[in-house]
Amino acid sequence: MSTVHLTIDGKDVEAEEGTSLLAAARSAGIPIPTLCHHDKLEALGGCRLCMVEVESRGKTRLVVSCVYTVEKGLTVRTRSAKLERIRKGILELLLAHAPDSPQLAELAREYGADRNRYEPESLFCILCGLCVRYCAEVVGKHAVGFIDRGIRKEISFIPEIAAKECDACKACFPLCPTSYLQAAYVLTGSLVFPDGCSTAFQSSRGPSSP
Amino acid sequence: MEMKTIDGIIERHQVEPSALIQILLEIQREYHWLPQPALHEVGRRLQVPMSRIQHVATFYKAFSMVPKGRHRVNICMGTACHVRGASRILETVQEHAGVGPGETDLEHKFSVETVNCIGCCALGPVIDVNGKIHGRLTRAETAGVLERCE
Ligand code: SF4
Ligand code: FES
Ligand code: FES
Repeated sequence: MSTVHLTIDGKDVEAEEGTSLLAAARSAGIPIPTLCHHDKLEALGGCRLCMVEVESRGKTRLVVSCVYTVEKGLTVRTRSAKLERIRKGILELLLAHAPDSPQLAELAREYGADRNRYEPESLFCILCGLCVRYCAEVVGKHAVGFIDRGIRKEISFIPEIAAKECDACKACFPLCPTSYLQAAYVLTGSLVFPDGCSTAFQSSRGPSSP
Repeated sequence: MEMKTIDGIIERHQVEPSALIQILLEIQREYHWLPQPALHEVGRRLQVPMSRIQHVATFYKAFSMVPKGRHRVNICMGTACHVRGASRILETVQEHAGVGPGETDLEHKFSVETVNCIGCCALGPVIDVNGKIHGRLTRAETAGVLERCE
């Protein structure tokens, strides 16, 4: 593995070949906001919040830093008027789905995003895929997945697996930037055990730590 | 549904996880929908998690997670058919089948869908019943086509 040199926000940064711009920036102490990134998980590139500007051969482009690998001599900017505008826009769209997410509220403050810019459309889940990927890649149970596509896409627990595995695990709960995950889980419980006879799914314990 | 048939389909694709979509398509062709036990069998044999199968099966419009009717009626809503009165044809089908786009009647006789251009615009308005194209339709002819379905 060879190392490459690049410039991020004017700073000379050295990184292993194959690392993402996001990882390179963070290792140099340069923060980039993210929503769908998790160190233990394969990058998804879903939220687009980690977008940065790269300059090579005199051209400036926008790239998604969590899925873009470092290149020799690249000039990267993680902050610019344009990026602030893009991030603000993304946050405002997400806030229409999950207006009460603390993580979004925090970012909204930072980027001056207005949570009322778009008519609320209570989807709650912002499809970051953290729960889905964590369950598949780290826990290895595949108890929760995506269904459908486009505006109808949502997460869905596989009842047979969830009934067996989830009560003891719940590792995905604290990862969710919204409160949707828990709601979906409780809903699945009420579908699997309609008469409420299950203690497994009805337990009122809050999210446990991973 | 016979597990033998499902296993036959899986084996024709060498029990190959990357053939998931092809296998699901064949099951869909055979039964006109994807019964849950079949999906479980596919998952078990290919060692593909159910969450993934569900994602694929709900992603593509070619798959149905609920049983379909014996007769599949696709009404073309494409531009050419639209200007030649596709909405009247849709209305007629709806009256006759008792269900609208995306639905199947309780007797499982008709499944109605709307599509956007079947590729024979000159024949508009067009419907496709069980793969057979009927063109230049009037309301009465449309009703006639559906009446001839057993
Ligand atoms: S439920 Fe939460 S963690 Fe799962 S995809 Fe939606 S927002 Fe992300
Ligand atoms: S963190 Fe890169 S797209 Fe979400
Ligand atoms: S628009 Fe109906 S066949 Fe082309």
